[in-house]
Amino acid sequence: MNNYWKFGTLTVAILGVLAWLAVGGVKETQTYFKTIPEVRVMGDQAQVKRLRVTGWVKPGSISHQGGNVQFMMVDAEAGGNDHMAVVYSGIDPLPDTFKDHAQAVAEGKLDANGVFHATKIQAKCASKYEAQVPQGNAAASHTGI
Amino acid sequence: MENVGALAVLLAFCFAVYAIIGSVVGALAKRTFLAISARRAVYTVWVLLTIAAAVLVTSLIQGDFRMAYVAETSNRDMPSVYKFTAWWGGMGGSLLLWAWLLSTYSAVVVWQNRRKFRDMMPWVTAVLMTTEGFFVMLIAFVASPFKVLAQGKGIVDVGDGQGLNPLLQYWTMVIHPPMLYLGYVGFAVPFAFAIASLMTKQPGDSWIHTTRRWTLVTWMFQTTGILLGAGWAYAVLGWGGYWGWDPVENASLLPWITATAFLHSVMMQEKKGMMKVWNMVLVASTFFLCIFGTFLTRSGVVSSVHAFASGTIGPYFVTFLAIGIAGTAYLILNRLEYLKSESQLESVLSRESSFLFNNLILLASCFAILWGTLFPVISEAVTGEKISVDAPFFNRVNIPIGLFLMLLTGVGPLIAWRRSSFESLKRAFFWPAASGVGVALGLFAAGVHHFYALVSFMLCTFVAVTVIIEFYKGAKAIGSKSGQNLLMGMMELTHRNTRRYGGYLVHLGIVVLFVGFTGKAFDLNATVELGTGQTLQLGHFTMRSVGMESGQNGNYQWSRLTLAVSKDGQDLGTMSPERRFYVASKQPTSEVAIRRRLDQDLYVNYAGPSDDGTKAVIQTFVNPLVSWVWIGYWVVLIGTLICMIPSKTKLVFPRTEVVGIAKHDIPTPEEVKHDTVEN
Repeated sequence: MNNYWKFGTLTVAILGVLAWLAVGGVKETQTYFKTIPEVRVMGDQAQVKRLRVTGWVKPGSISHQGGNVQFMMVDAEAGGNDHMAVVYSGIDPLPDTFKDHAQAVAEGKLDANGVFHATKIQAKCASKYEAQVPQGNAAASHTGI
Repeated sequence: MENVGALAVLLAFCFAVYAIIGSVVGALAKRTFLAISARRAVYTVWVLLTIAAAVLVTSLIQGDFRMAYVAETSNRDMPSVYKFTAWWGGMGGSLLLWAWLLSTYSAVVVWQNRRKFRDMMPWVTAVLMTTEGFFVMLIAFVASPFKVLAQGKGIVDVGDGQGLNPLLQYWTMVIHPPMLYLGYVGFAVPFAFAIASLMTKQPGDSWIHTTRRWTLVTWMFQTTGILLGAGWAYAVLGWGGYWGWDPVENASLLPWITATAFLHSVMMQEKKGMMKVWNMVLVASTFFLCIFGTFLTRSGVVSSVHAFASGTIGPYFVTFLAIGIAGTAYLILNRLEYLKSESQLESVLSRESSFLFNNLILLASCFAILWGTLFPVISEAVTGEKISVDAPFFNRVNIPIGLFLMLLTGVGPLIAWRRSSFESLKRAFFWPAASGVGVALGLFAAGVHHFYALVSFMLCTFVAVTVIIEFYKGAKAIGSKSGQNLLMGMMELTHRNTRRYGGYLVHLGIVVLFVGFTGKAFDLNATVELGTGQTLQLGHFTMRSVGMESGQNGNYQWSRLTLAVSKDGQDLGTMSPERRFYVASKQPTSEVAIRRRLDQDLYVNYAGPSDDGTKAVIQTFVNPLVSWVWIGYWVVLIGTLICMIPSKTKLVFPRTEVVGIAKHDIPTPEEVKHDTVEN
């Protein structure tokens, strides 16, 4: 059974190294999914952890300055009360869907002044369908055969 | 029209259910006529789904904007080819594509084997039609592409549609989804044969022989699909890369990894009668990962920025996967005695063990990617907090795995079966290893100090040299006997054992791909605002903004930036990245400009005007060696195609059976003789 010992040892060694790399990778990149009100509840913790905050782009708030993009994120599509200033300075171009009213996800860290420094922005268009079918038909658009 | 489509889908569902019942009852009660009627039901399903698909495509091309699906994915001014591809532009249609492809495969399999495997075929039919029934059920009852827009009791014609997502209006996107689906769907066939062999308690591995070519073909489609997707991301998305470890990308990679492991470990079963249980597990994992991949991409669970397990079709997929996996696991455990290994491992230094480690490593990679992709779901279940992991996690785990695999790619094919000694290894690997180290030292001296990149180039050289030596030795041996020149010798050699030498070519393609991946270590990028006349310097390149122009056609408005590019003072002409605004979908997109060269690509994305409108915001990237990725793909493709050509010499594999294990070390067999095709 000597061979099986050898195989066992090698397998355990390989898997051990990979597990170690994986744990390190998780620690380095783990990001917490939060909404703006949830970030407020986190208190000081919010400045330590990497966050992925979901909200909506406040209309008219997007501005480009140098390589940076600044905008306000609000906690509800209709507007909402809780605002968060976001500065994006990542290298990736912003997605084409990133515009007023879009649902956005900003990934990065909060600084002591409450400004969120994002390194990655994802955005999704507000639901497209309502814009085309006349008001009141949105709900009916999925009936029929 | 839409009624015809919906009715065809409904009937297809009924026939699929009949085919399941007919073949199972026929097999159990030994009623051949039932099994034959089930076979005919399979053809009927194909006819019905073809009608449904034809109805959908016709509606899309004619622009029947009463239909919700047409209004969502097409518009009047779109080019016809994209009207056709709108077939798989939304959920209902892409499920229809899946189901139609599966019914095509099923019909072909049933037809090919109509006089063979009389005991297994009913089960093959049952498994295929169960999968088919599941997808047709989704199309008929959950996500029908044949719904019409209605207001109250009247049907509404919206006049014009939203148009296909502009990001999908690109040539690779015309063929990427069908390729990937051909790969995903095709794995149902080997899986069906595997289950059938378990059901009928086959002692041998006839299912492996029958499905080998299927496996290769589907693997080829998967590879093509994945790389087309990468090519699309690179040319369209404008972020300068081709792979971002996005959940959808991961979903397509997972079954590819298990399929690759399966393609290798199958050889262990064919030649040594080992790893039978393992192969069952691999083929089942691949199939279920294909379903899981469709679920991830198509259920909308990942495009949703919030929740992971929402969406209307999610629960159905989860149920199907749970029942399928539980059933397969039960079946394998129940039939363990038919899957006994015929020989044992004899040494850590052997071909067997290199296969074993290849599988171990591939599965570890698959598990890590799955784990990372599902991390938000897992962490929420365990800690209540939703946590995601990012590209660095995947790179950290998968780069070492990739490098280790590269090492095995070099060692595996040359190491002897059963056992090998350090002496014979030294003989076989001296020159490859020496060249690898030489290349690494040379690059280090030339100023490349990136650790992983050096290891990668070293291993790539190592593998490439082993493959070249194999071809050279074999061709020379043939040449000295028949007097053919080296090139003819190589062709003759490949033709004698297509599987082996085709496989070597695939390995060579993988080497080229890895060289391309390694280029990533030397990327440069810059984002700047550039006014007319201003210049930007990146690496050896200088870009000067010449001016902007804009215009409009029916489908989109465009504005174009022209840059004069030079490299080390030498004029290279102009590049014109463009920004488009699609009228129907009200979405902007970027058309990047790429100067593709073998050594490095210059990649420019025009991100739009600056706030005051006087300058252009541009992102520029220098991506070394990216072209090698696409070239590597072609080499892999050619290699795979060669593997499918029947060998000139009929190969038989006498199995070595272990009668006992020697107490003392026996001197190892002589080095592999290259003029004999024993492999």
